[in-house]
Amino acid sequence: MTGSAGRGETVGRPRSLFDKLWSSHVVVERPSGDALLWIDRHFVHEGSFHAFNQLQARSGTVAEPGLTFGVADHYVPTRNRDRAEQPEIARMIDDLGSNTARHGIELFGMHDARQGIVHVVGPEQGLTLPGLTMVCGDSHTSTHGAFGAYAFGIGASEVAHVLMTQTLWQKKPKTMRIRIDGTPIAGVGAKDFILSIIARIGADGARGHAVEYAGAAVQALPMAGRMTMCNMSIEAGARCGLIAPDETTFRWIEGRPFVPKGDVFARAVEDWRRLPSDEDAAFDREISLDAARIAPVVTWGTSPEDALPIDGHVPDPARETDEGRAATLRDALDYMGLRAGQKLSDIAIDRVFIGSCTNARIEDLRAAASVLSGRKAKVPGLVSPGSSLVKRQAEEEGLDRIFTEAGLDWVEAGCSMCVGMNGDTVPAGERCASTTNRNFRGRQGPGARTHLMSPAMVAAAAVAGRLADVRPMLEGRS
Amino acid sequence: MKPLTRIAGQACPLGLANVDTDQLIPARFMKRPRSEGYGSFLMHDLRRDEAGAERPEFPLNREPWRSAPILVARRNFGSGSSREAAVYALADHGFDVVIAPTFGDIFASNAVKNGVLPAVLGEDEVEDLLAALAGTPDLAVTVDLGAQTVSWGNRCVAFAIDPVWREQLLNGWDDIDVTRSFAGEILRYRTATETERPWMRPAGPSPDR
Repeated sequence: MTGSAGRGETVGRPRSLFDKLWSSHVVVERPSGDALLWIDRHFVHEGSFHAFNQLQARSGTVAEPGLTFGVADHYVPTRNRDRAEQPEIARMIDDLGSNTARHGIELFGMHDARQGIVHVVGPEQGLTLPGLTMVCGDSHTSTHGAFGAYAFGIGASEVAHVLMTQTLWQKKPKTMRIRIDGTPIAGVGAKDFILSIIARIGADGARGHAVEYAGAAVQALPMAGRMTMCNMSIEAGARCGLIAPDETTFRWIEGRPFVPKGDVFARAVEDWRRLPSDEDAAFDREISLDAARIAPVVTWGTSPEDALPIDGHVPDPARETDEGRAATLRDALDYMGLRAGQKLSDIAIDRVFIGSCTNARIEDLRAAASVLSGRKAKVPGLVSPGSSLVKRQAEEEGLDRIFTEAGLDWVEAGCSMCVGMNGDTVPAGERCASTTNRNFRGRQGPGARTHLMSPAMVAAAAVAGRLADVRPMLEGRS
Repeated sequence: MKPLTRIAGQACPLGLANVDTDQLIPARFMKRPRSEGYGSFLMHDLRRDEAGAERPEFPLNREPWRSAPILVARRNFGSGSSREAAVYALADHGFDVVIAPTFGDIFASNAVKNGVLPAVLGEDEVEDLLAALAGTPDLAVTVDLGAQTVSWGNRCVAFAIDPVWREQLLNGWDDIDVTRSFAGEILRYRTATETERPWMRPAGPSPDR
């Protein structure tokens, strides 16, 4: 029941990466198929106060403070860290501090040099490792699957359950493999891959599934791109996203602060090499895409599935045969202030945002800076790095100057204008080209209109003042 | 948590697809403790205009649905953010049941933990129910969790729910008590893993952090 990943299990049915992660974490299983899973890492943030309140109501204690980490990200101000504008926000940041202190949980607080967005900080600190189960009260916990971990978002009651027991009841999801083979065109990357997938299968297309991304184009991605893909698995409705750990993974994590060292690390790597799906492992569903056929993608509507290549046009509800679908389209066009049939590249924008757990790693900032370098943005915008360490590195590389010389604001790390909880919002009716993960109504603020795209595409939109194809702007640049 | 067995009353035809949890409760309302009640924030920005006045055409603002215990929506209800506050808003407003063809996974789990039933009906059946409600707004709808059926007029259709969730809702059970009964197994797992896979625990941070 507690067999370790892969060890001594070469004989028998071929297993997928997910099967291995699952079976190595089952504490007990009910006849119904529900399993009590051991949780290796649990992250809490300011929003976790609901769960700490539940814990307190039951006079509970934290079972494994050493496996629990606090990160201030959702509500932290990105300007003027000395005072939060609203007392309610200041209270939430303080509450995270007192809750973690009371229970002996390590905190990466607002003033910690390692602070940042939880899904950037976890990997950066080496808290994210292959073979782990990881949870957080945040749907984008799926990000950590990029390392070959089973990582998923949970609600406040589940956060309280994990705090008190270090376990969680789960029903084993179905498995799905999405292969991307072929070589992508220059200027096309992980964000275009994942938006293309969601456009194809729908925002609930992977519901109830653990999705493994595989194929040559996925294996060729650096860790940052892998995290971007796994991050948005939730936007396809998936329970989690996974990528098999390989040499790229091991090189990336070795030597990070919380990663085991020396002989223990060597033994870990030996174990992790057995994690990838067996050759003949069966999946409940498989789909495949050709990377060479993927163009830079933008969203036009209010669901991540409303994504199209930048050379496309806004869809026309009149051409829909299904009345329900036509009504949804009309509604989305109305909210977004767009005309049916309009060219995507004719859509003027009011501002840009570069940040979020999807796209605020150093690689993302470099991609945006490579487009913005020596150019001016036609619209205002905010650049918020994924963590304080990313911020420091970007400044060492001079990226901050590229952003500010282009006319964008360079601010502190946090969830910022992705979720609009800290006061960074898009004003009602304004249109924002954004590296974030959700174009939901009001996501970036009441009445805000969000277009999702890659960091390079956001940079291109900033330079053009409208949605634009980044490819011509990359000519002659590295 | 109070047990939930049979809910009878009005059903509010929301009729929207992809209602994400940002719609169910916008982020700016999540700073307050649950004890203050979240009902008035439910679908705030869909329900109200920029000035804060109710939009009269929105189903939630119309009689006889203002206090309906059942909500009917199209596919992918509760997608997006894991915020349990979305369920707090539904429960505090007075909804015991949400009927839809598909639900966001995290939302469905959050719903059950707060005594709200996510009842899965086929897409065609949801369309039939929405059409029936369009014709007869005060149509009486009954959701019977024991029998696992939704009935209205002369229709009675079975809905899907995970059997463990069904049992939990019927009995008003709480996970944590159940889990604590497995304390021995949890300890055995922990001890075995520590020996077999010592790298699973975080190492201390480097001195130069």
